[in-house]
Amino acid sequence: MTDRPASDPAARRPADGLVARARRSPVLWAVAALAVLLLFNLVANPGFFALRFQDGHLFGNLVNVVKNVAPVLLIAVGMTLVIATRGIDLSVGAVLAISGSVAFTIVEGADDPSSGGTAALAIGVALAAGLVLGAWNGFLVSVVGIQPIIATLVLMTAGRGIAMLITDGNIVTAENPVFDWLGGGYLAGVPVQIVITGLVLLLVAVLTRRTALGVLIEAVGVNPAAARLAGVRARSITFTVYVFIALVAAVAGLMVTANVSAADANRAGLFIELDAILAVVIGGTSLAGGRYSLTGTVIGALILQTLTTTVLTMGLPDEYIRLFKAVVIIMVFLLQAPRVRAALGRRRRRDPAPPAAAPDGGPGPVAASAPPDEAPAASPATVPGTVPGRSPQQEVLR
Amino acid sequence: MSPAPSTAVPADPAAAPPPSDPVVAMTGITIQFPGVKALDDVSLRLFPGEVHALMGENGAGKSTLIKALTGVYAYDAGTVTLGGAEQRFTTPADAQAAGISTVYQEVNLCPNLTVTENIVLGREPRRAGQIDKRASRRRAQRVLQELHLDIDPRSVLDSHPIAVQQLVAIARAVDIDARVLVLDEPTSSLDAGEVAELFRVVRSLRDRGVAILFVSHFLEQVYEISDRMTVLRNGRLVGEYRTAELPRTQLVRAMIGRELATLEDLERAGTRPVEAGAVPRLAASGLGRKGAIEPADVEVHAGRVVGLAGLLGSGRTELTRLLFGADRATSGRVEVDGKPVRLRTPRTAIARGIAFLSEDRKGEGVVGDLTVRDNVLLALQARRGWLRPIPRRAGDEMVARYVKALDIRPADPGALLRNLSGGNQQKVLLARWLLTEPRLLLLDEPTRGIDIGAKAQIQELVARLASEGMSVLFVSAELEEVLRICDSVVVLRDHHKVADLDASDATLDGVVDLIARGNARD
Repeated sequence: MTDRPASDPAARRPADGLVARARRSPVLWAVAALAVLLLFNLVANPGFFALRFQDGHLFGNLVNVVKNVAPVLLIAVGMTLVIATRGIDLSVGAVLAISGSVAFTIVEGADDPSSGGTAALAIGVALAAGLVLGAWNGFLVSVVGIQPIIATLVLMTAGRGIAMLITDGNIVTAENPVFDWLGGGYLAGVPVQIVITGLVLLLVAVLTRRTALGVLIEAVGVNPAAARLAGVRARSITFTVYVFIALVAAVAGLMVTANVSAADANRAGLFIELDAILAVVIGGTSLAGGRYSLTGTVIGALILQTLTTTVLTMGLPDEYIRLFKAVVIIMVFLLQAPRVRAALGRRRRRDPAPPAAAPDGGPGPVAASAPPDEAPAASPATVPGTVPGRSPQQEVLR
Repeated sequence: MSPAPSTAVPADPAAAPPPSDPVVAMTGITIQFPGVKALDDVSLRLFPGEVHALMGENGAGKSTLIKALTGVYAYDAGTVTLGGAEQRFTTPADAQAAGISTVYQEVNLCPNLTVTENIVLGREPRRAGQIDKRASRRRAQRVLQELHLDIDPRSVLDSHPIAVQQLVAIARAVDIDARVLVLDEPTSSLDAGEVAELFRVVRSLRDRGVAILFVSHFLEQVYEISDRMTVLRNGRLVGEYRTAELPRTQLVRAMIGRELATLEDLERAGTRPVEAGAVPRLAASGLGRKGAIEPADVEVHAGRVVGLAGLLGSGRTELTRLLFGADRATSGRVEVDGKPVRLRTPRTAIARGIAFLSEDRKGEGVVGDLTVRDNVLLALQARRGWLRPIPRRAGDEMVARYVKALDIRPADPGALLRNLSGGNQQKVLLARWLLTEPRLLLLDEPTRGIDIGAKAQIQELVARLASEGMSVLFVSAELEEVLRICDSVVVLRDHHKVADLDASDATLDGVVDLIARGNARD
């Protein structure tokens, strides 16, 4: 049937043509957008790329990009898994605020605010609060069966109120060496927050891709009913991803609070849930759930942060940041959109997925082995009453 | 892999003098997909006032041809004429505007809208810029009456069974005033009464001069309704025939290009006896669920195939789901190998060696965005738990073995499952369960909506598995199939178990009688 041994998919895949596969990958377009953005900086302000090594620490705009992206990226990693299960978590900003408020209220009220023990206690309680809040979301979604967007909206709304109650409505400031280190410290020359984020990313990558967890999460996201009938613990998996994202949001809360040595229940992590969702979607993971890409999410988060830094280094007022983000994001989405891509490459077939129609005894599995990213384009037209192919863009723009 | 061409029935267009000029003539249609010729020089003629069956195995190119006709796919060569004038539809809307209406296998309407709204959707009568609801309802009412359909136009579509939704889809086509009506597998989820109703409507449309293109896997139905048929194989035209002049065996031969020995070979050499005093592998007593299935007893012994017969909605699916823990029973007990079991979730059932192939292949089986490989390994992986991934090499080996054993095409473990044809998806799902080495296999409509070749392969597989000692519960709407494969048959009617027959005592007429009248022997 096939000119390649079917028993060896590993050997077969590269033969599909790396270039062809990459061209169809939304991640590629995200990488391209990032490259263009960096190129723009190279021309517009060459100082952007300057790296200095001072007192054993790295300094420079690029380092800032990576450092400042840490909280968003952390949450976006969690969001990737939540979205892969067909969910969404709007409450991460609130969880972040609660975590920071809890930690700094403990530090401020302690007998010895600057001791390591106080910091450990504060961090421990903040993370525990994250776990509890995540369990609440997970319970509402997986056990009660409330739609994720509604279930997490509850905590999104209530969360900042809870944070205000904890801080008595004040901005809590405190000084503690551990938090100072978390906010501005370095490990082997690299900012601590980058190290933490990198470790979490590595952990998630290993946990989901080296074990079967990733496939099981995707199965739950693609078809929850089928996954359940196949014996997948769909409920536990869903519950766990909500606990996980709340936990990383709590970590992000500690970072954000440590950055400014103050816990601001109102403004800490405001709209961070939207940035996280954007990062995931720019990275090519569909809001419809299923297949996800951690690499894509990292790139997506980097695009967002590079944009922010670019606007700031160009001396533009930061009101422009959101506007610029919108423009770049629309461009990335357009490049990923099946229709636009079809229009750009007219030479490609109008309908690239002939699957069931391919003659069974045909020359090969070429058509059916189209990579996943090809799939959204498979619905060539909108028949009245049919469901058009889903793509992350359409889901977002809807 | 292609069947030897020598067995093909020669096309003989001259054998069928057309009653009039065709309303649709497709000639020399060729569609090239990357790497495959999906259609190669295929022609199709549809005549007004005729039902035309498009026949072929899964993957023969039927769907592709329909999509070429309805403007979903562009074709690389060939012409399409409608009423004598050449047309080139680039969107389904074009085709619809020209009078070609399509009703797909899965009903493609909006379940949350009313019947009226679905019928007039996109062409709502307006008054002062607003949708005129009263006029809409009148129009829907008129169409439904024309078709003698007793459906409340104000009811929400979702509140009706699939069969009625299908009829609404046809009513929508009639409202469009279609000259050509394409019915793609409209009967695959209907029971006998519903099919009869559908056919009544189809005939009345035919008598009004509509050209109807009908695709179905049920040969009975094709012979019942069609006047003419076109047979495709591997993307090529085998021929066009008048239904009355093509014997069934000839048709099957034309479709698969080889003698279909497998179906006949399946005749079982008598049923396997149950050893006296043997503990049944599965024994359910008084198993029921309120509103779904009244308490019933079912026993399946090792190496036996037990059939569940009954109409759609008789409770056959409901009973099967209880045995897998997919739904929870409200009464009764289940014993596996003599030990009482509480089947609360699929996981508990799987742990007892039970596997379940759902009738809703798309909704409850296929994980479309994952690869064939991931789909095959899913159940086994779920049982092992996420911390113990199946080693890559072992997984590849297992998948390759089943792809080969079940003849899954394309034989590409990296293909996305949603890109496979229905029959091949079903084989992938079977492979998923066989990999878990179940002791009891619950098969709910395993052969529905798949082509004859795959059907025979699955039937053969069931027989072989049973002879190797596996217990099978086989649910099917096709009684011939049940009687052929099963050692005993449980008959259900209106959520009640009405009989438990040994296959050797059961005749087709007898079972039909039980289903129809339900002479319950309490």
